[in-house]
Amino acid sequence: MSIEGQYIDIYKQYSGAIKKNSAGALNDVRDAAFERFSKRGFPTKKDEEYLYTNLAESFAPDFGMNINAVDFNVNPYENAHRYGVPGINNRIYFIINDQFYDKEEQPKAAELPEGVIICSLKKAAVEHKDIVDKYYGKASKDSKDGSVDFNTAFSEDGFFMYVPKGVRMPYPIQLTCLMTSGADQLATGRSLIIIEDDAEAKLVDSIFAQKELKFLANRVTEIFVGKRAKYEHYKVENTKRDMTNLNHVFIELEEGCNVLVNELTLLNGLTRNNVEVNFRGKDANLDLCGMALCDGEQHLDTNTIVNHWVGGCTTNELYKYVMNDKSTGCFSGTIMVAQDAQKTKGIQTNKSICLSKDARMYTRPHLEIYADDVICNHGATVGQLNNDEVFYLRSRGIPESVAKMLLMFAFVSDVEEKILIPELKDAVRMMVEKKFKGEVESTCKGCSSISACHS
Amino acid sequence: MLEIKNLHANINGKEILKGINLTVKDGEVHAIMGPNGSGKSTLSSVITGNPAYEITEGEIIFNGKNIVGMSPEDISREGVFLSFQYPVEIPGVSMVNFMRTAINEHRKYKGLDPLPASEFLKLMREKKEYVELDNKLANRSVNEGFSGGEKKRNEIFQMAMLEPKLSILDETDSGLDIDALRIVANGVNKLKSKDNSTIMITHYQRLLDYIVPDIVHVLYKGKIVKTAGKELALELEEKGYDWIKKEVDGE
Ligand SMILES: Nc1ncnc2c1ncn2[C@@H]1O[C@H](COP(=O)(O)OP(=O)(O)O)[C@@H](O)[C@H]1O
Ligand SMILES: [Mg+2]
Repeated sequence: MSIEGQYIDIYKQYSGAIKKNSAGALNDVRDAAFERFSKRGFPTKKDEEYLYTNLAESFAPDFGMNINAVDFNVNPYENAHRYGVPGINNRIYFIINDQFYDKEEQPKAAELPEGVIICSLKKAAVEHKDIVDKYYGKASKDSKDGSVDFNTAFSEDGFFMYVPKGVRMPYPIQLTCLMTSGADQLATGRSLIIIEDDAEAKLVDSIFAQKELKFLANRVTEIFVGKRAKYEHYKVENTKRDMTNLNHVFIELEEGCNVLVNELTLLNGLTRNNVEVNFRGKDANLDLCGMALCDGEQHLDTNTIVNHWVGGCTTNELYKYVMNDKSTGCFSGTIMVAQDAQKTKGIQTNKSICLSKDARMYTRPHLEIYADDVICNHGATVGQLNNDEVFYLRSRGIPESVAKMLLMFAFVSDVEEKILIPELKDAVRMMVEKKFKGEVESTCKGCSSISACHS
Repeated sequence: MLEIKNLHANINGKEILKGINLTVKDGEVHAIMGPNGSGKSTLSSVITGNPAYEITEGEIIFNGKNIVGMSPEDISREGVFLSFQYPVEIPGVSMVNFMRTAINEHRKYKGLDPLPASEFLKLMREKKEYVELDNKLANRSVNEGFSGGEKKRNEIFQMAMLEPKLSILDETDSGLDIDALRIVANGVNKLKSKDNSTIMITHYQRLLDYIVPDIVHVLYKGKIVKTAGKELALELEEKGYDWIKKEVDGE
């Protein structure tokens, strides 16, 4: 049987249960997504978009799926401080594998501004049916990726955030996906985020995986940013070496909005991060960036597609990788400028350092321009640390290892500068330091995905 | 202080230093002059342990220890300082972090605890005065966007911070206008004592007007071909290097 076969069987047998444990818009598009998945299957290296990552293989092991939405008996709020960024713990939400956790309220949580809704996606599909119907599945509908269809077919629940017109969230929201189970587990979490006109919000999306088991997360996030709205999306991965993490982020940008996406990968197993952005209204700005610190056999594959359908918008894209040992990094980025999208500005940069001879970096920057009045450029470099710089630092008494660490810090500092939440920036800086010192996998039980180790 | 014996060194398989002998005593100021490409910067790199160079023969004895093969960081912590001819820009590494790390590594080597933050900042403030280094520069990344003169001042500032026993100033005067030259030379003079020594590598007599050498050497084609008192510098200023080249090449 093909790798897809087992999942096709599961769906045929259990689609009734899946629908029963879900609701509304999620069910409306489910069968069609399943049909597409059955035809497309999972991507393999034969697919242009997946040259360096054989995704199908990741789905081959026998993972459990929580079709019946069984309750995992955990109250994440008992240990919320372990999962959140120190200092901004005032609103943190949890997805347990792929189910939104709302059995308990967050103790002492700050009030949400009036009109803001944050809740289970399944619940929202019923209680805020008009909103979910309007947006769910709309940003991802043109995706050709079978693993997105897979998510849409199997996803029962997830995270819903709605910030109405003109409302400014006074603090960042944290969303932690907690992978925890009694057996190896595949999760299909889903997020739907709507930031209406003139609204403002920040989200820190992180993932945390229990040590003893293998997990595969295949998550889809759809984000809609309204006119003149501001939105910051931070994705932090500090998981473990046998984690498989697939992320699909789709963003729709309306006129004059400002969006920052920053993807920070410190520890992972095999990760594929897809970001697809569509500019729908003029004068919008996108900062799209990320850093990856890889050693051992970490594998990080980033694929970004930015479509400028309308003119006057700006994309500023910057990804930095530091690769050590036998790690593999891939970056594939496309900025497309449609024929009518005049006055587009697009910069795409991918810079990488390979510290060891066995580390591999594949980079494929790409511009696709159909308009004539645009300012666009792209560049990619793969290199090593500069010997003159290392010697300069050492000549002042700084040991070689420390000198190299300072230079690696410096190398990723411009991505770090794009973390506009000071507490998160401090936490990331600390994690980066631990990573470079080889201390990121400390055995301290109090360690978590973002707050790293306190001891 | 320093005794170099029959030093030979290669870069990329090409021999640049071909038997250098040089002795610098405590408190002395030496000038090393010589035409471009003769190996002056190579000598300073080799003394400070730059791994790009291979030492094929000879010894470098610094305060009784042979420092050949020692790491650059240990040579620094032993008390050798190089003011680079071309200081590199290191975007993303702040001057403050750089200097704090360096100072504390030096202290660790001596068995001392790290300097408390307040004392460190006080030290920075104090030492900046030596070369009138702008506060703004100290808050930036290492040498990033500094003018040529600012970079040289920054080198002397670092020297003031680290208080070396032996300072090698590689063309610290080049690219400086007369005011900057005076500031840099003043800084160096203030740091001078009877216990530390200075090697000044220079093209021009003009730095030597401010920092008076005890001994002047001429380095040519990887060898020290002439050694004399400070009057040699004046003679070179007047007559250039051709007569020396002739003397050596004519042999
Ligand atoms: N990386 C290198 N590879 C080969 N030759 C070099 C390299 N760096 C310097 N040289 C050569 O070494 C010689 C001495 O250079 P240098 O020490 O910089 O001279 P100076 O400082 O006296 O002007 C020159 O002939 C130069 O071309
Ligand atoms: Mg030179």
